[in-house]
Amino acid sequence: MIPNELKYTNDHEWVRVNGDVAEIGITHFAQDQLGDIVFVEIPAVGTMLEAGVALGVVESVKTVSDILAPVSGEVLEVNPKLQEDGDDFHPELVNSDPYGEGWMLRLRLSDSAELDKLLDAEAYKAITEEA
Amino acid sequence: MTATGLLRTPLYEVHKREGGKIVEFAGWEMPVEYSGIKQEHLAVRKDVGLFDLSHMGEIEIVGKEAIYFIDGLVTNDIMRIQQGQCMYTCMCRPNGGIIDDLIVYRFPDLENGNQYFWLVVNASNCAKDFQWVKDHGTPGVTITDLSMKTALLAVQGPNAQNYLQPFTDADLEVLSYYHLTRGDVAGIPAVISRTGYTGEDGFEIYIDWDKAEELWNALRQAEGHILPIGLGARDTLRLEAGYSLYGHEIDEDTLPVNASLGWVSSLNTGDYIGRDALIKEKTEGIKTAIVGLMMQSRAIPRQGYPVEDNEGHVVGKITSGTFSPSLERGIALAMVDTAHRSTGTELKVVVRNRREPAVIQRPPFWRGSVRRG
Repeated sequence: MIPNELKYTNDHEWVRVNGDVAEIGITHFAQDQLGDIVFVEIPAVGTMLEAGVALGVVESVKTVSDILAPVSGEVLEVNPKLQEDGDDFHPELVNSDPYGEGWMLRLRLSDSAELDKLLDAEAYKAITEEA
Repeated sequence: MTATGLLRTPLYEVHKREGGKIVEFAGWEMPVEYSGIKQEHLAVRKDVGLFDLSHMGEIEIVGKEAIYFIDGLVTNDIMRIQQGQCMYTCMCRPNGGIIDDLIVYRFPDLENGNQYFWLVVNASNCAKDFQWVKDHGTPGVTITDLSMKTALLAVQGPNAQNYLQPFTDADLEVLSYYHLTRGDVAGIPAVISRTGYTGEDGFEIYIDWDKAEELWNALRQAEGHILPIGLGARDTLRLEAGYSLYGHEIDEDTLPVNASLGWVSSLNTGDYIGRDALIKEKTEGIKTAIVGLMMQSRAIPRQGYPVEDNEGHVVGKITSGTFSPSLERGIALAMVDTAHRSTGTELKVVVRNRREPAVIQRPPFWRGSVRRG
């Protein structure tokens, strides 16, 4: 469960690049470790994120885990289905479809050179095997 | 003992085979979940689930007048306990600080006239409890640690009796709440008590350590396919039921009356270690108390988060918090100043710098099938 076209971090976030927009979420490995996801806290549209800094948290029944920004940039969109005050709140999408409907936010890259520091699918696979 | 120094119950390999996610708990390698906490939790609420609790401790106490010895150690009035009865209580230090919460099991007297008891204690406190009891031992009382010889499986849920009865010659219909009996389960000699930590009806089954796998397999392979339940769901179930957990609501810096254990602490019957401290606290007026909190937003309270009043003053902190699978919102137990403990009081839980609304609600948050008498 490690799509080849995505990029990854050591902390189990993934990045899907579309021009200068990056879509971000947590990996299958991460959601499996966490268990049933019940809450996601992500910053509002317009927030400037810095690579490597916690942008929010993902909560399972049992625990809270930081989500670290894989790259820097301005938040353009957040997944409405993960908004706690939304009518259509479905945090379990992070478990059932972590790379699709469980996407967390989209940002405009401020420095595309940061993409080179991310892991490709094979390198990420090696990390999940060591864990 | 493993290379890591952590202990394993006889079911460690079974848990792995069953898909259990193993974590460290109280010095043991235990399954936190198998199929998922929510699913396991709801299985116990609606049907029946199977738990491995072999990490818990059992201390055997035997003697002609063992009842007096135990009565001097625990806060409840143990002189009232009948043969075949179980009683929930705690042991305190002279300053009233709680050493552990536990259940006293009184078995039928032995043929030679000796009284026979077990103290069933938390895994995290087993060594401490045993040492404390031994240090206070009196002549005529024999104290033995049975923990590493005794395995414990629990069957819990509204269908627990239906599920378990075909396996045992003990008549579960007449085994009342907080009572024990001896019988065979799947042909294995066992002690069976109608006790549990889930808020549902259920049984705790004590067998020899080396019989645990045989019993687990027998119970799992029957047609009902009872679901294995991990420690994650054990915690969400007990919290919905409003039960305290040592290291959260209860610890050595807490007196029973502050930890909502006043109901198992008798102040006007026999003396016991810590009684004077408890009487003093009650007389002077307790200053803090455990309350239940129901979150009003989707945020989830966790142990240690501060609790504030609506003016921003800290009035307490969360002792246990989680997402309740039955209610689908956050619930918590919190230790708060007694000025703020009334049911219906609106408070704020500080969740990562945000003030999230909560309302005090008397536990239990969920009323399950547990028998009350």
